[in-house]
Amino acid sequence: MQYETVIGLEVHVQLSTESKLFSGSATTFGAEPNTQANIFDLALPGTLPVLNEKAVAMAVKFGLAIGAEIGKRSVFDRKNYFYPDLPKGYQVSQLDFPTVGKGSLTISLEDGSEKVIGVTRAHMEEDAGKSLHEDYQGMTGIDLNRAGTPLLEIVSEPDLRSAKEAVAYLKKLHSIIRYLDISDAIMAQGSMRCDANVSIRPVGQEEFGTRTEIKNINSFKFVEKAINYEVQRQKDVLEDGGRIVQETRLYDADKDETRSMRSKEVANDYRYFPEPDLLPIVIDDAYIEAIRATLPELPDRRAARFVSDYGLSEYDAGVLVATREMADYFETTATLSGDAKLAANWVSQDLQALLNKHSWELSDSPIQAERLATLIQRIKDNTISGKIAKTVFEAMLDDSNDVDSIIEAKGLKQVTDSGALESLVDQVIADNPDQVQQYRDGKVQVIGFLVGQCMQLSKGKANPAQVNEILRSKLS
Amino acid sequence: MALTKTEVEKIAHLARLHVSDVEAEEVAKGVSDILALIDKMQSVDTDNVEPLAHPFDAAQKLRPDVVTEPDRRDELQQLAPQSQDGLFLVPKVIE
Repeated sequence: MQYETVIGLEVHVQLSTESKLFSGSATTFGAEPNTQANIFDLALPGTLPVLNEKAVAMAVKFGLAIGAEIGKRSVFDRKNYFYPDLPKGYQVSQLDFPTVGKGSLTISLEDGSEKVIGVTRAHMEEDAGKSLHEDYQGMTGIDLNRAGTPLLEIVSEPDLRSAKEAVAYLKKLHSIIRYLDISDAIMAQGSMRCDANVSIRPVGQEEFGTRTEIKNINSFKFVEKAINYEVQRQKDVLEDGGRIVQETRLYDADKDETRSMRSKEVANDYRYFPEPDLLPIVIDDAYIEAIRATLPELPDRRAARFVSDYGLSEYDAGVLVATREMADYFETTATLSGDAKLAANWVSQDLQALLNKHSWELSDSPIQAERLATLIQRIKDNTISGKIAKTVFEAMLDDSNDVDSIIEAKGLKQVTDSGALESLVDQVIADNPDQVQQYRDGKVQVIGFLVGQCMQLSKGKANPAQVNEILRSKLS
Repeated sequence: MALTKTEVEKIAHLARLHVSDVEAEEVAKGVSDILALIDKMQSVDTDNVEPLAHPFDAAQKLRPDVVTEPDRRDELQQLAPQSQDGLFLVPKVIE
């Protein structure tokens, strides 16, 4: 039977505030255990929450970026459950009146088409602490540094139809969040986390199948693998005449499989109720407009501008706007070099390959936009050929001198002096009588071989266009 | 609406409260009385009334995003029954 996959994602992002959602404790990643947990985070009796204005502003900013309704009056609720990394015995979250309501974002599919994915809501809540299960005298260790860190939980509609679409959605979300600078959104560090609700149904069936929720997916790659595994597992169960049990499953990256988390004796019953320690958050139009004014140019709009202003292909533009840093780098290179297409090629190919090879962030690259722009200018003014430019690019990695000094020191300047080129061509004609004869007999494609010989003889420094021209005139 | 003893036991379990058999019976009766009162309140027409999130008609005050709390770990960990390497220790939560 043919099945259709239905996926919805719940994405938690840690908002990059200095202090916690409801207390003045620091939120720095990687601090010594419990050095950022104060009396409120520890839930000592008598302590009360005071809401962080920056977290609210960040949530609203996200909502505006995805064209969502902003809750003019949002309410915090208590979600009650017992776990030692949640000392209050409840998590403060938002149930019925979230700060961000319905919105959407657009993803690009592999065939080049676009698809709009609905976002049901995004609500603010507090993060829990961490439990460490290594052996501490046979007990569990609790670190509450993370407890109370502001989270934005972004819930998608079940609009995604494949693991690839889910990854595209997650990457788009990541890109928007980074453009807005509201979270580091580093999956490996847990500042962006993804749970996937996955079900399958026979093609043509309207009703959704029973879904499972996959937790613990901490990289883009694993999102795709975990969903693909789970879809296949569900197909196998159904094909064997079984039925899918609604449950939470953990993804195990080492084994590349999902496993059922032991079902609890009593089903979760969070007994939500409005948080009596917090008043409703009231947001007016003036506030919303003030936040709207701080929105940066977002990736979709920026990509469209790259196409119209710089004449880039939609594909290249899409690659370059993936991160705000990359888009800024490209624009600086394009402006300074005066050649957007060359800049796009160098940034999306050579620079990208360099970053991948060394697992560098853009800021780690020893070649920043200004130097790359100079390199491109030297290709344009015929100081060096495009091929030699790759050699100069490599040299620039270990040599922080300016581009012109490197070209000079390594003797890589292109030979454009026609006298020098003519003697070069004469030499190649003399050395290759057979090919010269073939050319004169009408096999004109041999010219490519002869140009190649000239380039080789000049160690790549001859100007190929000039060589081509001189060759043709000498052979005619 | 009346609450059964089983329901009382379930709620007690969710709240991690120990309720003896005898207490469960009493609580079931007591809470049922409260629910009867709520049933009566349910008969009021509230179709055009917004749910009340808070009894005060006021909006939440916000605080600036500034770190104001110092590290008081050593002092705070003296309140805990057990701690090690800066961690609070609790009975093992997974097998």
